[in-house]
Amino acid sequence: MMDRVAVLGQWGIDTLRQFGKAGILFYRVLFYPPNFKKSCPLVIQQVYSEGVLSLLIIVVSSLFIGMVLALQGYHTLSKFGASQELGPLVALSVVRELGPVVTAILFAGRAGSAVTAEIGLMKATEQLSSMEMMAVDPLRRVISPRFWGGFISMPLLTLIFNATAIYGAYLVGVKWLGVDAGIFWSNMQSSVEFHADIVNGVLKSVVFGVAVTWIAVFQGYFSIPTSAGIASATTRSVVYASLAVLGLDFVLTAMMIGEW
Amino acid sequence: MLPQRLIESLVGLFLLFAIFSLTVLAFQVSGLTSLFPDQTYTVTASFDDIGGLKVRAPVKIGGVQIGEVAQIGLDPVTFKAVVKMHIRNQYNDIPDDSSAGIFTSGLLGDNYIAITPMYNTTYLKNGSKIEMTHPAMVLEKLIGQFMYKIGNNGNNSSDNGEKNEKK
Repeated sequence: MMDRVAVLGQWGIDTLRQFGKAGILFYRVLFYPPNFKKSCPLVIQQVYSEGVLSLLIIVVSSLFIGMVLALQGYHTLSKFGASQELGPLVALSVVRELGPVVTAILFAGRAGSAVTAEIGLMKATEQLSSMEMMAVDPLRRVISPRFWGGFISMPLLTLIFNATAIYGAYLVGVKWLGVDAGIFWSNMQSSVEFHADIVNGVLKSVVFGVAVTWIAVFQGYFSIPTSAGIASATTRSVVYASLAVLGLDFVLTAMMIGEW
Repeated sequence: MLPQRLIESLVGLFLLFAIFSLTVLAFQVSGLTSLFPDQTYTVTASFDDIGGLKVRAPVKIGGVQIGEVAQIGLDPVTFKAVVKMHIRNQYNDIPDDSSAGIFTSGLLGDNYIAITPMYNTTYLKNGSKIEMTHPAMVLEKLIGQFMYKIGNNGNNSSDNGEKNEKK
């Protein structure tokens, strides 16, 4: 009996220690900013490998999500004779909810896992410790650019996701199903607010970007330096990031609807 | 590994693409016409019943939107609903004896405030109050009154019928 309690206590302390480590890592990434001139190219390189290379999956999936949303929405709305409300339906659900969340989950799968695996392998092959030997801080050289790269890419990808999804909905709703183009856009414009909807959606994506890249970087940096350890760190990175995104999404939405 | 210059230009294109999306979202999707909110002045009005009026509901004259509802509160003494409205500065020549009413757009649509202008030559300004107000027409109440009337009419006619029979 006491053994079980002890195991539970050990588990609790371990979990707490993980959070502590993650917090210290985050603090060091944020408050020990790398030399701007030297690390700017590194950050750009990371924006390329995390953002630009994720563009394909983001654009394709957003186009299809917009198209499916228009198809489903039209089918249901026409039962109520409200098919001219297709524009607001698609725009609000994409801009407020689907855009940030789906982008963050795809980003965790596409870029977060890559970051974790890369850092984990660097640790396993002792590249990080050899950097320390050369008096190069691996946090500034490796971790920080990856964090900031993801932080910058996430909102940009979300904006692209939103625009493409709405264009996909336009293709299906207007070009295929025959909703009038003027009604589609004007109803959308009258019900979508720039500050309340679009800016809040982008704000969400900024928070998700921090969460996803933070988890990815942490899992990589503290992974067990074996091949099995890297594998489980990559899995955990994607799973934890997706769960964190969904949980944070609920909290953020509650805060935004409650007007902060 | 791609050369740094190519990577930089690709990232630049990525940024441009994202900014282009933001402009599309702002102007095409949300119908933003100016980046800064319009200059407004505040007018209050107290109503007996505001029905389903919400904050940000439009304020209209003759169907044209001139502002929006900013705040809804309750007067602790008279128990009337006090509605604060922000009206755009360009509409600064509304006579101060105008009346305000709460209407519903369509049969089941949202509530809005309609201001009916009168003929005074002094105008509403920041902080002034609209004295003449009409409460919202609540559909349930109307239906209730209608049913009541029908019920009464039925009774009256049956009474009359009985009387007629008695005669």
